[in-house]
Amino acid sequence: MKKILYITMVFTGLIFTTSSCIKNMEMKPIDPDIITADKAFEDPEAYTQFLAKCYAGLAVSGQQGPAGQGDISGIDEGFGQYLRGYWYHQELTTDEAVIGWDDATIKDFHYQQWGDGDGFIAAFYYRIFYQISLTNEFLRQTTDDKLDTRGTSQDWKDKVKVYRAEARWLRALSYWHALDLFGSVPFAVETDPIGDFFPSQVSSNELFAWLIEELESMEADMSEPRANEYGRADKAGAWMLLAKLYLNAEVYIGEAKYTECLTNCSKLINAGYSLSPTFQQLFWANNDMDPQTMQEIIFPIRYSGEHTQTWGGTTFIIHAAVGGDMDPATYGIDGGWGGTRTTKQFVEKFQGSDSRAMFWSEGHSIEIDNMGDFYNGYAVTKFRNTYEENGELKTGFSLTFPDTDFPMFRLADVYLMYAEALLRGGSGGDMGTASTFINELRTRTNSGVVNAGDIDLEFILDERARELYWECHRRTDLVRYNQFTGDQYLWAWKGNTKDGRSTDSKYNQFPLPASDVNANPNLVQNPNY
Amino acid sequence: MLKKLFSRLLMFIVILISSTTMLAQGVAVTGIVTDAGDGTPLPGATIVVKGTTQGTVSDINGIYTISVETGQVLVFSYVGYAMEERKVDVASSVNVSLKSSALSLDGVVVIGYGVAKKKDVTGSVTAIESESFNSGAITNPASLIAGKVAGVQITSNGGAPGTSSSIIIRGGSSLSASNEPLYVIDGIPISNDAGGGTRSPLNSINPNDIASFTVLKDASATAIYGSRASNGVIIITTKRGKIGRPLQLEYQGKFSFYQIPNTLSINTPDEFVSLINDKEPSYVDMLGTWTDPNGNPIVYNDLPDDRTGYNQTIHKTNWQDEIYENTMAMDHNITATGAWQNMPYRFSVGYTDQPGILKTSKFQRTTIAASLNPTLLNDNLNVNFNINASFIKNQFSNGGAINSALQMDPTKPVKSSDNSYGGYWAWLQSNGDPVVQGTKNPMALLDLTDNKSDANRVFGNLQLDYRMPFLPELKANLNLSMDYSKNKGHYNVPNYAPWSYNKSQGGGSDNHYNNEHKNMLGDFYFSYAKDVESIKSNFDVTAGYSIQYFYDYSTSDNSNIPVIIDPVTGDSTGQEFITEKFESGSEYYLESVFGRLNYILNNKYLLTASVRQDGSTRFAPKNRNAVFPAVALGWKINEEAFLRDSKVITQLKLRLGWGVTGQQAVQGAYDYLGRYTFGNEFASYPFGNTYYITLRPDGYNEDLKWEQTTTWNAGLDYAFLNNRIYGSVDYYVRQTTNLLSYVPVPAGSNLSNYITKNIGDLENRGVEFSINGKVISKPDMYWELGFNATFNKNEITNLYDGAMIETGGIAGGVGNNIQVQAVGQPRNTFYVYEQVYDESGMPIEGLYVDRNGDGQITTDDKYFHNSANPDKFFGISSNFSYKSWSFAFSGRANFGNYMYNNVQSDNGWYGRLYRAEGPYISNITTGISETGFQNAHYFSDYYIQDAAFFRMDNISLSYLFKDLAKNTLDIRLSATVNNAFIITNYSGIDPEVNGGIDNGVYPRTRVWVFGVNLMF
Repeated sequence: MKKILYITMVFTGLIFTTSSCIKNMEMKPIDPDIITADKAFEDPEAYTQFLAKCYAGLAVSGQQGPAGQGDISGIDEGFGQYLRGYWYHQELTTDEAVIGWDDATIKDFHYQQWGDGDGFIAAFYYRIFYQISLTNEFLRQTTDDKLDTRGTSQDWKDKVKVYRAEARWLRALSYWHALDLFGSVPFAVETDPIGDFFPSQVSSNELFAWLIEELESMEADMSEPRANEYGRADKAGAWMLLAKLYLNAEVYIGEAKYTECLTNCSKLINAGYSLSPTFQQLFWANNDMDPQTMQEIIFPIRYSGEHTQTWGGTTFIIHAAVGGDMDPATYGIDGGWGGTRTTKQFVEKFQGSDSRAMFWSEGHSIEIDNMGDFYNGYAVTKFRNTYEENGELKTGFSLTFPDTDFPMFRLADVYLMYAEALLRGGSGGDMGTASTFINELRTRTNSGVVNAGDIDLEFILDERARELYWECHRRTDLVRYNQFTGDQYLWAWKGNTKDGRSTDSKYNQFPLPASDVNANPNLVQNPNY
Repeated sequence: MLKKLFSRLLMFIVILISSTTMLAQGVAVTGIVTDAGDGTPLPGATIVVKGTTQGTVSDINGIYTISVETGQVLVFSYVGYAMEERKVDVASSVNVSLKSSALSLDGVVVIGYGVAKKKDVTGSVTAIESESFNSGAITNPASLIAGKVAGVQITSNGGAPGTSSSIIIRGGSSLSASNEPLYVIDGIPISNDAGGGTRSPLNSINPNDIASFTVLKDASATAIYGSRASNGVIIITTKRGKIGRPLQLEYQGKFSFYQIPNTLSINTPDEFVSLINDKEPSYVDMLGTWTDPNGNPIVYNDLPDDRTGYNQTIHKTNWQDEIYENTMAMDHNITATGAWQNMPYRFSVGYTDQPGILKTSKFQRTTIAASLNPTLLNDNLNVNFNINASFIKNQFSNGGAINSALQMDPTKPVKSSDNSYGGYWAWLQSNGDPVVQGTKNPMALLDLTDNKSDANRVFGNLQLDYRMPFLPELKANLNLSMDYSKNKGHYNVPNYAPWSYNKSQGGGSDNHYNNEHKNMLGDFYFSYAKDVESIKSNFDVTAGYSIQYFYDYSTSDNSNIPVIIDPVTGDSTGQEFITEKFESGSEYYLESVFGRLNYILNNKYLLTASVRQDGSTRFAPKNRNAVFPAVALGWKINEEAFLRDSKVITQLKLRLGWGVTGQQAVQGAYDYLGRYTFGNEFASYPFGNTYYITLRPDGYNEDLKWEQTTTWNAGLDYAFLNNRIYGSVDYYVRQTTNLLSYVPVPAGSNLSNYITKNIGDLENRGVEFSINGKVISKPDMYWELGFNATFNKNEITNLYDGAMIETGGIAGGVGNNIQVQAVGQPRNTFYVYEQVYDESGMPIEGLYVDRNGDGQITTDDKYFHNSANPDKFFGISSNFSYKSWSFAFSGRANFGNYMYNNVQSDNGWYGRLYRAEGPYISNITTGISETGFQNAHYFSDYYIQDAAFFRMDNISLSYLFKDLAKNTLDIRLSATVNNAFIITNYSGIDPEVNGGIDNGVYPRTRVWVFGVNLMF
């Protein structure tokens, strides 16, 4: 008996005294593409690579092009790409675009009947906040303290200072999208921790005020307009966002800020940009190589068939618009995806010889009886993966992944904002200048000149549609004009009826995704969702 | 090996006891103990005088001597054999033949770190020995026990050769993490990650080398494996030689014939032509192929308005017949078993060659196994050495051909009339380039895809079991093992393959990959077993330490096949574009201490208590260690006075158990650690004209820890009428908490929107029942029937704040999911709209029930509608033998399992006929006649169909020719039908598809197997 007790004691002792070998063992990744945070910045080139990621977050979907190691989860990687998500929200919800596919709830965008469980809305929301987290982390990793600790050279410190301003700008861009689409949203900046915490919710007013202050304070560290490497943000980017915020201030904070809008528009107009002599080339494969288009574009999301590949972005915009009898080679692609077209109401905004009306109508009906039928509704041929060189039609590097950059901000938009802010009562400009700007745009596309007296707000809304369609402005414009929901303006299949019907004004904002409201107890859902 | 060990231990104890407690003089009885099967002597058999502690063991020739008094009863036992009793009258010679019995109640079972007598086991443990395995053309070991064990659901992943099986024990305890059990092969817990180029981690084992499966189901049995045991443990023991046996050689050959499976009902070429004429009259020109007036082929979209001289040819191709073929598979095994002096050995070589019914798929496996288990140092040291090697050559067919064969226009020919694109017909654009979105020619997919891999694996262990000479009750056991595999493969597609053609970059695919896995284990434990007569107690204590290391590394290179020759100019324009290149790897350690006490009081009351502490480097140091305890009680009611003499009840044992087990199979080895990942060159971003590789900080969760499952189990083992009828009943409740879930994190709080978190609870409750009956047990006729039933209710009891997680991706659209994980529902519950039907029972296009009554159909109108998991499943098996004939069958049934018929939902609507995104035309299923749908209705509950079934897995008949060629040869001939028939109402090809989504499944087919065994 004693022996048993003794043995039992030895065993028990063994279990509880054996000291663990691995208790504090550090296992480091052995994958050459993965490094731990402390190793990441041994080479200061990492700051540039990290900043490139902050930009690439707008263009691609993850660390492998065209897909793989996605940045966000819970959705098809291509759908979760930033520009594709932004395009869905800004275009599919309006008269400018319909889509025929059977992907989950995608048709609900055009029907204006989405709910808080919508996967596409959640994906773009998380994309926005992914950009915010990413840029926050950039700012955390590039504080003076961190740079000093790592013994960074003065050269690099100077560079990183500009990088930081650009990261802040990218963060502001995404917070603006959040404000525009969702209103009151969770808020986190670089001083917040990283991990499993609950960001607090800011009101639209707070976010608006923070954005203004942030944009004004970052400006000093940014490059002069057009002085930075092409594709990187500069002071003009900050003015552009300020102009956008002020133009929509009545929607965001219920207060008019048109004078401030005009001030920023004027800065932009005087920053050295000029219109591209041709309109179409702004949407061609070489729009980042052609000095004429580059002089108009204030901020592009950049693509390259060779290096920057995604199933979202302009890959989506160009492929989805081609189908049926359209010859894919004409658009510089290997085949169409037969998805997106436009409504009759939009087509009818064009008159005469306006060369901005780039539609394919052969075999198509202008009416849409069946959203799923590609031949219902005209196809849109604005974006292409081709360009002309010495009078010869050329195709981008890859037939699958276009080279075409997406011109997110360009001068034409500024001209139209200038006119609109003026018409809405802003001071600091004049109608003569405004009409000159508008006629510059119209002359370029053979649209006929207009008299200053004919330019009213309604004209501006339509002119913005004609000039900027499929460039992710339409929903914001319609909301500002109070024509997005309700019955002021109806288009095919708005409200899920063929001729369109009035929709609830709650759809002016998207709901916060149910998944985030569930995960973060600080969040209050938008009204009526 | 462990059985052997136990018998040695038993022998030792018996000798020890008999030498200390001498009995009165009596008759000296001698005899020989032999195997009833082949007559060979059984050395080490135990002979005990019933009701006493007096006994002996047989010597190397099976001979024993013992002193007894007349009228006493001798009990003969040997591991793996049925016990025999003989009353001693006056005879002084008692020879006994013991019958090998797989289902013997008296044998021992392998449990974690040791063995236990079946009758003393307190946990829910089922052992299946090789004699009871399913027969026929089985290449994956898991299929050997499909349907044999209550609570264990084994589903093969389709009919591809060498395919894996999914095993779910008691409903599965995890959501995002794996639901596969832990496999322990000869004491080595293996990693379930098979790596690229292999189909299953188990199929490197030759089924012929397996001696037994032991399934540990409840926590009191599994908790000794701690953090990996939440989904149960399956212990696989390989075959060994036996001491004292002469050399026996065996050849086993199997020849299997696979028939073309049932194919799906799609429109014939004629039906398709009339469908297009009827529904899409504008596109009748797209039917068939065209030639111009010169007889040259011309694509339909280049046809002029004036068709004079142009000819349309309607071909008639049955694409499903094209892609499948009858095949024959072979399986050869040669085994040598025996003992050289004190060194039992077994060597085996096996070869399997199985072409698949889908053309171009193939599985070839060569295995070599060797085991040596000598006893050394005056029988104090038992050595077990095993080594298994397998060399697999896989050829994977392009599975896309299965769906393409449904969709491909049946009026098109397999081959084009020119030699473009490898000579395969393809949808072409006007410029001669292929239509990217068009249906891919199924035969081109099969013939032009070269997807092969070599998977080589070797695993082995050395186990030393040493009995302390100074304290024989104490034994030390050291087990060292290594599992190493190296796979390499390639996926090549020529640049002229129509679906991979790329004018600007050459197209095609030249992919090579390698991966390497290592798993090294060292464990050491003491065990101490002692009977203490004075307090009628038996103690068996085990305690040990284990450390295991896992490593895997893989590389992959992918590039196009450069265009070498320009077809027009003849110039070489090749340029290689690397399209993908990655390396990835991980390693981690698992370190454990464990202990177990088995205590038996008065041979009636049983107690098992075990505890394991595991540490895993997959978690941050603060969460690294966790303790997994278990306790179980047993009561052998049949040993109580009121039952001891019962003629009816042979055994009645009540078991109660409780325990905690864990799950650590999170996605990566470093999920808790902040990391940066470089992008590849196709995700780089330009500043100016310079492209930068990007650097991304990844999301992580420092708080990650184990998922925990608490199991309660109550069971009753019974045996009646001298073991003629036996079985068990178990009731269990398994509650998993801290589920490793891949869930959204609050936006803005982390560097990803989803991370793996410990969130959510899941519960399984169920009843398992098994009954086996020896209906006939006569010298020349034997019939045993077995039946088992499982009722399992799976329910998610908590998720993060009541949210739902979408799962179950389907074909059709992009990113469409048909299932959800939701509180109050079983795992993988379908989430769909309720279809509205007209009076004639036809579903109405686009009309769903407005379940929330808000006047519109939105996603809020979806509802939970059945689950993919069966809530009842049954297995039945029968073994009948008459003289030299044997006849056996086994089958399974599942109830309560539903299937999403994705084949119909994706191919059964008129809108599919003409596809504008190509454009191209596409065949549809004849299921259209039951819906008449114009558009897709992916989320209609119409497609959620009852998939209950009964499947007859095996029917086999064999005949044994004994003692041929002057008693040196036995021959067994057998014929087996696998997958003989299936009874189901499900309208698809097969109601058994893992995950419950039927789409593009490699069909299972009926197999006729003829086998021959030669035993020398």
